[in-house]
Amino acid sequence: MNKEKEVLLTMRNIDKRFPGVTALSKVDFTLRAGEIHALMGENGAGKSTLIKVLTGVEEADGGEIHMQGIEHPIQNRSPQEAQANGISTVYQEINLCPNLSVAENIFIGREPKKFGRVDWKTINRKAKEILDRFQIHIDVTKPLENYSVAIQQMVAIARAVDISSRVLILDEPTSSLDEQEVEKLFNVMRNLKEQGIGIIFVTHFLEQVYKVSDRITVLRNGTLVGEFETNKLPRVQLVAKMIGKEFDDLSMIKNKVDLSKNQEKAGVILEAEQLGRTGAIKPFDLKIRKGEVVGLSGLLGSGRSEMSRVIYGAERADTGVLKWKGKKLVVNVPMDAMKAGITYLPENRMTEGIIADLSVRENIIIALQAKHGILHLMSRKEQEEFTDRYIDLLQIKTPDRDVPISQLSGGNQQKVILARWLLTNPEFMILDEPTRGIDVGTKAEIQKLVLSLAEKGKSIIFISSEIEEMLRVCSRMIILRDGSKVGELDEDRLTQEEIMKAIAGGGYHA
Amino acid sequence: MPKLKTLWRKLTGYSLFFPLTCLAIVLIINLIKTPTFFHISINNGVLYGFIIDILNRSSELIILAVGMTLVVAGSGGTDISVGAVSAVAGAVTIFSLVGSMSSDIYRIPYGLAILLGLLGGMACGAFNGFLVAKLRIQPMVATLILFTAGRGIAQVITQGFILYVRKEQFKYLGNFIPGIPVPTPIFVAILVVAVTLLVLKKTALGLYIQTVGINAKSARLVGLNATLIIFLVYTFSGLCAGIAGMIITSRVYSIDANNAGLNMELDAILAVAIGGNSLGGGKFSLAGSIIGAITIQALTTSLYAMKVTADQLPVYKAIVVIFIVMLQSAELKRMLHSMLNKHSIRKAGRKVA
Ligand SMILES: Nc1ncnc2c1ncn2[C@@H]1O[C@H](COP(=O)(O)OP(=O)(O)OP(=O)(O)O)[C@@H](O)[C@H]1O
Ligand SMILES: [Mg+2]
Repeated sequence: MNKEKEVLLTMRNIDKRFPGVTALSKVDFTLRAGEIHALMGENGAGKSTLIKVLTGVEEADGGEIHMQGIEHPIQNRSPQEAQANGISTVYQEINLCPNLSVAENIFIGREPKKFGRVDWKTINRKAKEILDRFQIHIDVTKPLENYSVAIQQMVAIARAVDISSRVLILDEPTSSLDEQEVEKLFNVMRNLKEQGIGIIFVTHFLEQVYKVSDRITVLRNGTLVGEFETNKLPRVQLVAKMIGKEFDDLSMIKNKVDLSKNQEKAGVILEAEQLGRTGAIKPFDLKIRKGEVVGLSGLLGSGRSEMSRVIYGAERADTGVLKWKGKKLVVNVPMDAMKAGITYLPENRMTEGIIADLSVRENIIIALQAKHGILHLMSRKEQEEFTDRYIDLLQIKTPDRDVPISQLSGGNQQKVILARWLLTNPEFMILDEPTRGIDVGTKAEIQKLVLSLAEKGKSIIFISSEIEEMLRVCSRMIILRDGSKVGELDEDRLTQEEIMKAIAGGGYHA
Repeated sequence: MPKLKTLWRKLTGYSLFFPLTCLAIVLIINLIKTPTFFHISINNGVLYGFIIDILNRSSELIILAVGMTLVVAGSGGTDISVGAVSAVAGAVTIFSLVGSMSSDIYRIPYGLAILLGLLGGMACGAFNGFLVAKLRIQPMVATLILFTAGRGIAQVITQGFILYVRKEQFKYLGNFIPGIPVPTPIFVAILVVAVTLLVLKKTALGLYIQTVGINAKSARLVGLNATLIIFLVYTFSGLCAGIAGMIITSRVYSIDANNAGLNMELDAILAVAIGGNSLGGGKFSLAGSIIGAITIQALTTSLYAMKVTADQLPVYKAIVVIFIVMLQSAELKRMLHSMLNKHSIRKAGRKVA
């Protein structure tokens, strides 16, 4: 039964340099048929680059790629060519077309034709079938941008899985999925594996690696650390291999801010009364105290992001009032909230976070600059000082502060966006998936940072699809379902089971 | 060899490399055809020569290109109304000076007339800005309105006549000020560029425009008023068109609503493109656009010098422009690059074998 599976794909001695960075140096990688192969490493280790080299998005500076059944070394010059060679990919940054419909996105480039014309009926029907397999029931004729990042991710996955012929590559596909979705994905992956398809799976979630993968390849700083069988590599060792030193990511004990004794004294800083927006979030009441970390929890489409967006003014509330330190606060545009001291880190880094062609420095200072006003341009020196401070604090891996942010690895871009908001020294932070795509070590650092901010009296709304993480940092949890707030869980009821039960509707959900 | 390659990479990576190369090519060809090309002499107390002529003639284009650069950067669209708007501004100024008859007497002070003309240009720009920023109409479509209606408006103002201002002083702006050997338009262009650069350097406007142009959603979330910024760049472009209109009318001391600034919007857009600016918006280089404007004017002047007639001019221009734009295409660069790379890989392979 355990006979060595045949090799599908080998990459040998892959080199890739970017100006000022060696992204890959003499990296080997082997993928076998019918295996799920996890590719692991810190932010900027070179995982995405290895995948891009394989699929022709980037051109290697050296090395060879062989594929089973093809005599010569192959070189994919474009993702289309890779697809023709049997490799389909979900890239880390979803590269679908937001303004096309969901169905179009699934079939773009391979539309079924009827009498020489695109057969819309078939496209829509098939798209629905494909998504049904993931138990995603959405209107496939609506533009993709109408849906959350998680849904977009699932659509990208569904598309790739549907195309897949021999090799399926998933670069952090689960970064904004919650447990149920992840489970659905894993079932599909296991199914494909049975059919002999080789799957490359990149993730920063260690539990997921141990749950589905057969083998692990670890990269560090662009070099290969080694290839391991998953069941022979204990978790602590895996982490050590990734970051090059001993580190126990689980040891970080829960040291929440103890609000309980001065709960009465700690004043309410933000209060929402029947705040809401038609079609996004039903009117809700909310009270948040100074120094509290409040989690928003709910399934996909439950309205957890929408709730935070109306507070910040990213979407305008059409009912209710918001009170800030006891006084009414009118938030028509984000700047109104920013002026009060509220910030918002959006969930979708690509479309709402990064300003792609601008440098790391400009991306970090832009919010503070906007707050200062157009006439008060921060001096170059000041900008550089701020930038360096956060590059240091969040360990942002970049050749220097003036490279375009788009040249950073996904996780490092996320750190830049986080730095942008920390720099404005807010009193109230809304963090929607702040650790999305961030590696194990830094993730723990960021969670610690959140807790220390709360300790200093800052209030935080925290959203994460990872319940584990919510449990670590939140002292209270708001539960949402179907676009409305359905309840709250206090400190003493914060357990995995309670939350799961609450978000699913306490088991009474039909 | 590898050293050469890194040097080449560094050079081509420098953002003004391509615009400067284009300009150099045009100038060198000229020099070969006309050995006296760089010759500058003084006739009647003013500077005289091809180079002076090119700089002089490119002034309006530089001014338009400055406005166009910011429009492109901030909105990812182009303002195709600038030629017509400069005619409107010119018409406003001349009409307020002499009324609906050619004359040698000013009805109102010259300075006030100029101010009115510039305000007219700004009003047109603000109209465009309103359509694009507030009503979210595609820039090309929004500015198409004034592109077609602008000359009509100018006609209405001039009541269909070509109005002349028969006063020596009116010619100063577009020609020479007595006692100063350098054409006045060059000073105006320098002034516009200098003021724009100063504002961009001393305020956060440049950063805001780029941010909005790259990602308007992010811009809003970091607290920027994207609508206002887009409105402002179109208004500024209108102002630039107004300034250009002042020079254009002063050159011929008259306003011809049908021909003033004709086709200049295309040259201005080209100047921006040749300057290495992406027409999709975002990062911009004012210096690039200025070099682009001079390149286009050099091209026009040299084609005229080669006895190409005005009606054939667009054809030749188009050919050269296709060539220049192709040189800059990222796709072509990538192809060249991978050709180079393959070459070196093959060589390395041979070494191993
Ligand atoms: N287009 C590019 N230009 C310049 N440098 C780049 C480019 N793409 C990646 N890099 C650099 O290459 C290195 C590896 O990046 P890569 O995206 O492969 O990391 P990663 O392992 O996928 O990290 P993450 O977990 O954050 O996604 C990083 O240092 C990054 O800055
Ligand atoms: Mg990556």
